Amino acid sequence: MSKITHVNRRSFIKVSAATGGGFVLGFSLLSACTSDPIKEPFYGEVSKPEQWNELNAFLKIGDNGVVTIFSPNPEIGQNIKTSMPMIIAEELDIDWKDVIVEQAPLDTEKYTRQVAGGSQSIRQGWTSLRTTGATARQMLLMAAADKWSVAVDELRTSDGKIYHDISNKEMHYGIVAGAAALLEVPENVTLKDPKDYTIIGKGIRNVDGKAIVTGAPVFGMDYHEEGMKYAMVEHAPSFGMSLQDFNQAELRQMPGILDAFPMTLPVEGLHRITEKAFKKNEAVVIVGNSTWSLLKAKKALTVNWSINTSPEDSNMHEATLSALLNEHDNTLRKDGEPERVFSQDLTVIEREYSAPFLPHNTMSPMNFFADVSEDKARLVGPIQLPELSAGLVADMFSIPKENVHVEMTRMGGGFGRRLYGNWLLEAAWISKHIQAPVKLIYSREDDMANGTYRPAYKVRYKAAFDNNKNVLAFHVKGAGIHGGPVFANRFPAGSIDNYLAQDESAASNISTGAWRAPKSNFIAGAEQSFIDELAEAMDLDPIDLRLQLFEKAATSPVGEENDYDANRYANVLKEVKQKSAWGSETPGIYRGVAAYYCHNSYVAQVVDITLENETPRVKKVWSAVDCGRVINPEGAKNQIEGGVIDGLSTALYGGLTFENGTPQQTNFDRYQVMRHLDAPEEIETFFINTSEEPTGLGEPGLPPVIGALANALYKATGKRYYDQPFMNSLLG
Amino acid sequence: MAKYSLHINGSLKEVDVAEDTPLLWVLRDHCSLYGTKYGCGIAQCGACTIHLDGVAMRACSIPVSQIGDQKITTIEGLSQDGTHKVQRAWIEHDVAQCGYCQSGQIMSAAALLEDNPSPNDAEIRSAMNGNICRCGTYTRIQAAIRSASNMK
Ligand code: FES
Ligand code: FES
Repeated sequence: MSKITHVNRRSFIKVSAATGGGFVLGFSLLSACTSDPIKEPFYGEVSKPEQWNELNAFLKIGDNGVVTIFSPNPEIGQNIKTSMPMIIAEELDIDWKDVIVEQAPLDTEKYTRQVAGGSQSIRQGWTSLRTTGATARQMLLMAAADKWSVAVDELRTSDGKIYHDISNKEMHYGIVAGAAALLEVPENVTLKDPKDYTIIGKGIRNVDGKAIVTGAPVFGMDYHEEGMKYAMVEHAPSFGMSLQDFNQAELRQMPGILDAFPMTLPVEGLHRITEKAFKKNEAVVIVGNSTWSLLKAKKALTVNWSINTSPEDSNMHEATLSALLNEHDNTLRKDGEPERVFSQDLTVIEREYSAPFLPHNTMSPMNFFADVSEDKARLVGPIQLPELSAGLVADMFSIPKENVHVEMTRMGGGFGRRLYGNWLLEAAWISKHIQAPVKLIYSREDDMANGTYRPAYKVRYKAAFDNNKNVLAFHVKGAGIHGGPVFANRFPAGSIDNYLAQDESAASNISTGAWRAPKSNFIAGAEQSFIDELAEAMDLDPIDLRLQLFEKAATSPVGEENDYDANRYANVLKEVKQKSAWGSETPGIYRGVAAYYCHNSYVAQVVDITLENETPRVKKVWSAVDCGRVINPEGAKNQIEGGVIDGLSTALYGGLTFENGTPQQTNFDRYQVMRHLDAPEEIETFFINTSEEPTGLGEPGLPPVIGALANALYKATGKRYYDQPFMNSLLG
Repeated sequence: MAKYSLHINGSLKEVDVAEDTPLLWVLRDHCSLYGTKYGCGIAQCGACTIHLDGVAMRACSIPVSQIGDQKITTIEGLSQDGTHKVQRAWIEHDVAQCGYCQSGQIMSAAALLEDNPSPNDAEIRSAMNGNICRCGTYTRIQAAIRSASNMK
């Protein structure tokens, strides 16, 4: 085993970001005493050092020059375990082949924002990660200057080596890493000129690629400890029910079953998220020796549930949403005099769009490992908001916060579902109750029937235009269960003189929450279909109408608070127009276009479809993306491709319906997702070449593709698609 | 409970489990082989794909009692060190997003190429249709299979 220099918090210094972005980074200085590493990392192709020297919380350098970079944020498939370390490595100025990446544990004092959500990891980490790398490099230079007795500014670095050209000396970082770790942290460091980048902007492969293709146990589901028990839970079949009793004695007799008992999670008053997402906080818990004995016990379970609040169903939801659109008026934004203009003698079009609840269907169902005693908790598994969950565990069991340790594994998908740690709290509660370490696993059915679903939505659009092809008034009114879908200050706000945005929400006993690109995942498709129909009514090319509106928003914007940059918006549209050769006709190919801005990124898409025996087939999807500077082009493309497929899948097939309070589609036999045969044959993605700060990618690829698909389907079938999933109206 | 001797990845493994235990849970809970994944339990998603005598099968839906002396290959046994051509192609195309479905995808792809070394696009799509990728890496998977079919 190799040695490691030890963190003893001898001093704790805050370093402000050199570029003044307002980021403050916790920075631990280390002494050079040594101890055994907690566990051996995966060395792959690189050689193992004798001794490690930690330069800060993010990186340690081996005496042979090998560097370990800790990736701070949870990995859900958005590839930040590769792209965040790339940013540090760039400024440290090392060769990527000498880098080992490890997942950092939860420690927000050291790492600040450890969250996977809102496509913000790269955007918010951009300045602090660069500063971290540059600061460590500066400390290495200072240590080298000392060793060679030369001035720091006579030194340069390249690929993990320090050079003193005057005396023709060179050495790798490992030689001075120990001395560097003892230095004061410099306050001001210089960041690289982007033209000198050797890692950022180059395609770097997923650091866990090899582990994944060899089936290494990297997911929470795979976590195992000696003596650990297995647990599963059975929640109420429908929302709004309470547990009465169950055949406890019978279950306890079953082979492989250790115990069965009722559980009530005390979630009230804990946190807004728990109250929204934990609407089924009562369950029967079964503990056993193996997953299969638990699955069998669940089949043998008979439970009496009592009804608390009246069970909801999909017809009710539909009626509620329609009523919200007709009856209320909650105004978010108003420019000019929309009511007056709509009453004039103009051409007006008005359309309504809807979409159902959606489960997340992460490929790996929910799971977590917990080992909780009176005053300590250890939790291991996949979680997007580790800090919040750790705090909830501390509050719920009255454990000091510093005694709650969370280790983040790779996640088998997140899409927002793993922001809500109800299964984590359940695992903790069960472990405490049985006084043993336990791994809680949801079956696929548990996972889908106990979700924090994407809300069900409706929206009504209305626009008035004159004979000179000017849009004079625009009205958007949304409704959601629960939470409406409208963004007050997004496009077309700012591009039309008379504008009104309204939004309504209805309560429900069904738990809802963030689902990849919240609200945008619905409103983009609706808005972009409406704009398409509006362009047709105005006898304009759909791209030309959008460009005309962006022109207005860029040159004489209406109102002051417009969330988007109209020029960047227009640019992605122009790019996709050119790359896809928009306007050219190919027999048998039907095209639709859309553009949308969310999570600080701009995406325009063209979808090409064909019809085979009346069934639409997506041939090709073109995306033009402005997400600022692209850190990792291959990873970035993969994210957009994933968003495209998720969007197409959702628009065509996605929908969770309720009968008597019970979700009707709880496994992949009844819930359709896009498969290999229906996937687009080709997805081509172009990034705008820009030096703007990097922004999100996990979400922005999804929302517009729904509109582009709807518009292509219209071309193919002559019918507009207003209600998701589109497959229902295609078949009907 | 009953005792079974299973041929897994070239060695013999004794397990003592209920006879209706699906092979998936035998591998995961009793053999510490975690590469074979649970996604649906009803042969709908392909996350649990393994080879039985070289044929791709869904381990969640095969009871241990039906295996007899058929040879089981899991993702861990596909190659010694991750150098099977399908695994190499997967790395070359940087296929994975979350990665959870990928061992099942790789096992299906490896069985396809064993059977049909140069599949066309339509054959690739239909052979792979039982494997869901919730992250949507389908186009990369198909490209990786085309590359692998050209490798030695
Ligand atoms: S777990 Fe076996 S096919 Fe889904
Ligand atoms: S990579 Fe996530 S499910 Fe396929």
